[in-house]
Amino acid sequence: MKIKLFLLGIAFALVSNISWAGCGFTNVTEVRSLSNSFDAWKAVTEAMSECGNVTATLDSEFKDKQPDAFAANPSLYEIGGVSGSTITPLLNAGTIRPLDDLVAKYGQNLNPNQLIKIDGKIMGIAMSVNNQHLMYRKDIFDNLGIAEPKTHDDVLAAAEKIKAANVVDYPFGAAYKSGWNLAEEFVNMYLGNGGEFFGDGNAPAINNAAGVKSLETMKKLTAYMDPEYLTSDSTYAQKQMQQEKIAMAYLWATRAGAMDNAEESKVVGKIVMASAPMGDVRPASTLWWDGIVIAKNISDAKADAAFKVAMEGLDTEMVTANNDDAVWLITGFNPGPSAAGASATAANGAAPYPSGSRMGVMHTALGNGIADFLTGKKDATSALADIEAAYTSAAKEKGLM
Amino acid sequence: MKKRDFYFFVVPSLLMMFLFIAVPLAIVFKQSFFITQNVFEKVEVETCTPGFLKQICETKIETKPKLDENGNVIEVSVFVGFENYKNLLQINKFKNAVYNLSLNEIEKINFWKAFRFTISFCLITLPLVIFLGLLIALTVNNLTRSIKGPVIFISLLPFIITPIIGALAIRWLFVGEGILTAILEYLMQKDIAMFANAWTLELLMIIYRVWHVAPFAFIVFYAGLQTVNKEILESAVIDGANRFERLRYIIIPHLMPLIIFVSLIHLMDSYRVFEEIVAFSSQAYVISLQWLTYDFLIPDETGNRLINRASTSAMLTMVGVSIIITPLLKRTWEDYREGKL
Repeated sequence: MKIKLFLLGIAFALVSNISWAGCGFTNVTEVRSLSNSFDAWKAVTEAMSECGNVTATLDSEFKDKQPDAFAANPSLYEIGGVSGSTITPLLNAGTIRPLDDLVAKYGQNLNPNQLIKIDGKIMGIAMSVNNQHLMYRKDIFDNLGIAEPKTHDDVLAAAEKIKAANVVDYPFGAAYKSGWNLAEEFVNMYLGNGGEFFGDGNAPAINNAAGVKSLETMKKLTAYMDPEYLTSDSTYAQKQMQQEKIAMAYLWATRAGAMDNAEESKVVGKIVMASAPMGDVRPASTLWWDGIVIAKNISDAKADAAFKVAMEGLDTEMVTANNDDAVWLITGFNPGPSAAGASATAANGAAPYPSGSRMGVMHTALGNGIADFLTGKKDATSALADIEAAYTSAAKEKGLM
Repeated sequence: MKKRDFYFFVVPSLLMMFLFIAVPLAIVFKQSFFITQNVFEKVEVETCTPGFLKQICETKIETKPKLDENGNVIEVSVFVGFENYKNLLQINKFKNAVYNLSLNEIEKINFWKAFRFTISFCLITLPLVIFLGLLIALTVNNLTRSIKGPVIFISLLPFIITPIIGALAIRWLFVGEGILTAILEYLMQKDIAMFANAWTLELLMIIYRVWHVAPFAFIVFYAGLQTVNKEILESAVIDGANRFERLRYIIIPHLMPLIIFVSLIHLMDSYRVFEEIVAFSSQAYVISLQWLTYDFLIPDETGNRLINRASTSAMLTMVGVSIIITPLLKRTWEDYREGKL
């Protein structure tokens, strides 16, 4: 009997936890979402769940599932969380729906800036922007009399001083993990140096002075990093910063909030968020966005419900409660010190990430090919030539060339 | 057993093998000779994405896959013969590298880099696994009865652990900030970075794999040791054979079929070395053939994947496994014909 009462108690506790208080309506249609798993998505999907009947799947490997799941008829998810790059396969396959009607009906609170428009049609709703920028330890820089670095040369000079002072294990950290992360660092550097990735007919065009310079800057930076940098992803670099192992890093704006989280960080209040250093032309960084899309292969009624739920997830209430989890585009966002680096990078003119099918192939080729240069197996020109060859062969196989 | 009953028993199993092994294999085989492409078209697209305060709109020529009237992506498959194999093997580059006797040149071609590691991984771990398995089996066999059970249980533990978990555990022990690295650094008074060199990574992978598989060899050999004819052993003792001679002339010949069996299983498994590469994030330094297949198969952020090249790589892996186990199969076949089995 006691056990029954106990279970009943638990059941009530669970039910009362799903309070409808945060949501303006009670959702009766089943809504499923698939998105990445970082903090911003946790905040948004939790806010959506308050409406009821929402199942949120948060998966850092969501990109492997999403294109096939949305191509199914009916689609396996109503709401998709995407970035500037992962929206491409859904757009290409035509598995997400235009949202103009729904925005007119339910999107009164959206900013014009949030609407992802492809040829005039709204295909997605952005919630936040993201880019990589410089984070540094204010206390160390002040003690050693180093000014805020503006260029890669400044960063290298600062790293040399910090190394000589021997105050941290390694002066510098970044997400240089071989594969997607490493390629992203090159893309940032190369665009910062004014490079173009493609020539005529989708031919690769990276084996040039800007490419060589970008690679060489990367290699110079690695001299000040933990020697295991080729296994270091964003989370690893973030932890290095939080645990006082490094004095500065190029990291995503989404990681900035964690620096001031006293539960996991030893450097609360000591980190300054600054613009990504300037390349020859613009900051060595690319602008990204995260947002939601609605599947095409579902009934209009379901799409209606899904969009309403999504709007609840992207409302001011959610932003106020999770202000530092991202650089939100939603009304009510109060840009604090943790958003300063991202906004300075954008203000200095960083380019949007040049997403598209061919860029996907290029990104993979870069991710697999750059390490051979950093480890000294190849020189810069032959590494770039081999990356171009790998791109060409994959692009031909895909029918892009 | 009657023939009819025999078929009755094996048919479900044969059917499963046909459906889940033979059919996929045939499809992969076919795919390795085709190229499946989207039909791309160039279109001018205006894309508006969020900037910081206001939108950034760009008009660009983009290459997009064509859709048919039902809204599905059009795909065409073209027979290309051995083109995929040529692309993967890079025969000309490989020939030049071999001609120049340059291992460095060979290592620059992904397939051969992966092949070099895979084959050396197989051949180095094999004798270590057999030797260690035999050593543990002989030791346990000579233990007093009361502690045999617990020792067997503990010895089997590494084999029970899920490979990827075991590999991750090794990584966390030896990574830059890991506890074992810290101890080593303290003892040797220098900075150690196990994950920043190809050879230290390979060494860790070999140690991990031997640690993981030796219990399997041990339990098989231990079972075999229970059937050694005691009388022959005793008469050998009377004839003055020492411990080593008894091992060399009686026990090992008795265990030979089991040694071949363990070698077969181990070679087939280790040729598909994969978990170590992923768990150690070693792809900058060390890659394996199985990892290469995986890398082709996994889609990038924009949804591209090289399914045909992945098929080719998978076929080559199968051919490789077949070649590497042929000598052992031949030996088993000969033993069988001579009536030893």
